Amino acid sequence: MQPRDTQRETRPEGRAPRLALRGVSKVFDGPRGRVEALRGVDLTVYEGEFVAIVGPSGCGKSTLLNIVSGLDQPSAGLILLDDAPATSRLGRTAFMPQRDLLLPWRTVLDNAILGLEIAGVPRREARARARALLPRFGLADFADAYPAMLSGGMRQRAALLRTVLPNKSLLLLDEPFGALDALTRAAMQEWLLGLWEDLRRTILFVTHDIEEAVLLADRVLVMSPRPGRIVRDAPVPLPRPRDYTVVTTPEFVVLRAELLAALRAGEGGAG
Amino acid sequence: MSAHPQGWRRGWLPPAALLLAGVALWEALVQITQTPRWFLPAPSAVAAALGENWRLLARHTLVTAEETLLGFALACLLGVAVATAIAFSRLVERTIYPLVVASQAVPIIAVAPLLLVWFGYDLTPKVIVVVLFCFFPITVNTVDGLRAADRAAVDLLRSMGAGPGQVWRLVRLPSALPYLISGARVAAAVSVVGALVGEWVGSAAGLGYFMIRSASQFLTDRVFAAVVLSALLGLVLFGAVSLLERLLLPWQRLERRERT
Ligand SMILES: Nc1ncnc2c1ncn2[C@@H]1O[C@H](COP(=O)(O)OP(=O)(O)OP(=O)(O)O)[C@@H](O)[C@H]1O
Ligand SMILES: [Mg+2]
Repeated sequence: MQPRDTQRETRPEGRAPRLALRGVSKVFDGPRGRVEALRGVDLTVYEGEFVAIVGPSGCGKSTLLNIVSGLDQPSAGLILLDDAPATSRLGRTAFMPQRDLLLPWRTVLDNAILGLEIAGVPRREARARARALLPRFGLADFADAYPAMLSGGMRQRAALLRTVLPNKSLLLLDEPFGALDALTRAAMQEWLLGLWEDLRRTILFVTHDIEEAVLLADRVLVMSPRPGRIVRDAPVPLPRPRDYTVVTTPEFVVLRAELLAALRAGEGGAG
Repeated sequence: MSAHPQGWRRGWLPPAALLLAGVALWEALVQITQTPRWFLPAPSAVAAALGENWRLLARHTLVTAEETLLGFALACLLGVAVATAIAFSRLVERTIYPLVVASQAVPIIAVAPLLLVWFGYDLTPKVIVVVLFCFFPITVNTVDGLRAADRAAVDLLRSMGAGPGQVWRLVRLPSALPYLISGARVAAAVSVVGALVGEWVGSAAGLGYFMIRSASQFLTDRVFAAVVLSALLGLVLFGAVSLLERLLLPWQRLERRERT
């Protein structure tokens, strides 16, 4: 680990920042006029941290992840990966878009290895690495199944496996459970908690569900409606390992109410 | 995976039954009305003509089959190449694509005699006519397929660090393949017609030649025998493309079943 100068935010004790956004703004100049999606977003995600961003629909959450992944560039502001300004970021993070985007002509196993294949890992080796992880992702019997044969939860797990496999240090997850029914979603959240305990990767997780954010994350950032800004940065004091039972604890309930208030206040401010 | 053996049986049974019923009705009508053979031969007479002339017919079928297959294969190669160029470059798209579409309005039957003038009586003009028939459905479908690639999937690959070549190989081409194959299926069905048209204009062999010779001699049963064989030829090619689809795109049937 390289030495670094003292940061303004020193939240998680002595950890290095993986990702930092400084004054990131985004304006779309489209045929239907100017859309200001992000205005002056500042945030830092530290090594090994699970950070959730909650915000109302259309506030610019996906835009933010698109920018961090390098698919899009900010109109203004700076993005740092591992403490260094990063202008070309394609291939440096592991991005899981809002839709699972499993390729229908590839089996589960071959979908999972997509990132490795692009990175030039030989297919045999890539398949072996993916196969080893299939049981942990509840897909042991579905290596050779096509996506059309999978349930919604399984599709998301396959997409997550594809995201996790290339061993990138930062995972960007865009509402991975947004399209699932409540029961499947709860099961997937608990599963992700366990997986995160095992992998300890840095995760930036976007959602519009406050409960999901509090249940999963170490820190929750609240975004205002468009143009999106970070209006609240709240650490989650709940102990780990967690499971679904924490949702009834007083700490959980209090934090959820607080965040909901912050979301509402943001909405009032813009409207 | 191939767990529905009765599926295709059920699929083939109705048309086969209808065809058989039609043939039986035709036979009965001809027998009852005592229609002369030169006017409308009964199916049994056609079958007899097939049997009596099978050596001759086999030779002519082979000629037509060769023209058809060559033209079809060439049209596939040419169609994919042109479609790729159109999908790759906006300049090519703007200049060539409208011409490809316009070319479909040119009556091929009118062009065929010119081909005869330019290329003579042998294989070449027939193959060209087949290509003219097949090129359009393959090209247009492949262009559609290459355009149909999911933008979000392309972005996902780019986020993984994929270059344009990898995006092409891993997303664009595979998502175009089902379109290419349905284009090829249409082309397979019309390709035999192309070969027959080429032969009618001028030839010394092939089923088209055989039909015209037989018709001019009022050997109507032989005309029908040649018609049956050319239909079979088209069906075989169509079936081969469908088989290829099953082998190359096993996931497609799943998707379709999922959607229904
Ligand atoms: N390419 C684009 N061109 C023009 N406007 C865009 C573009 N992409 C996004 N926008 C606009 O930017 C705003 C933010 O969009 P974004 O998809 O980031 O929101 P989101 O928070 O992810 O919403 P959701 O919760 O519905 O996923 C929206 O108003 C959207 O219409
Ligand atoms: Mg979004």
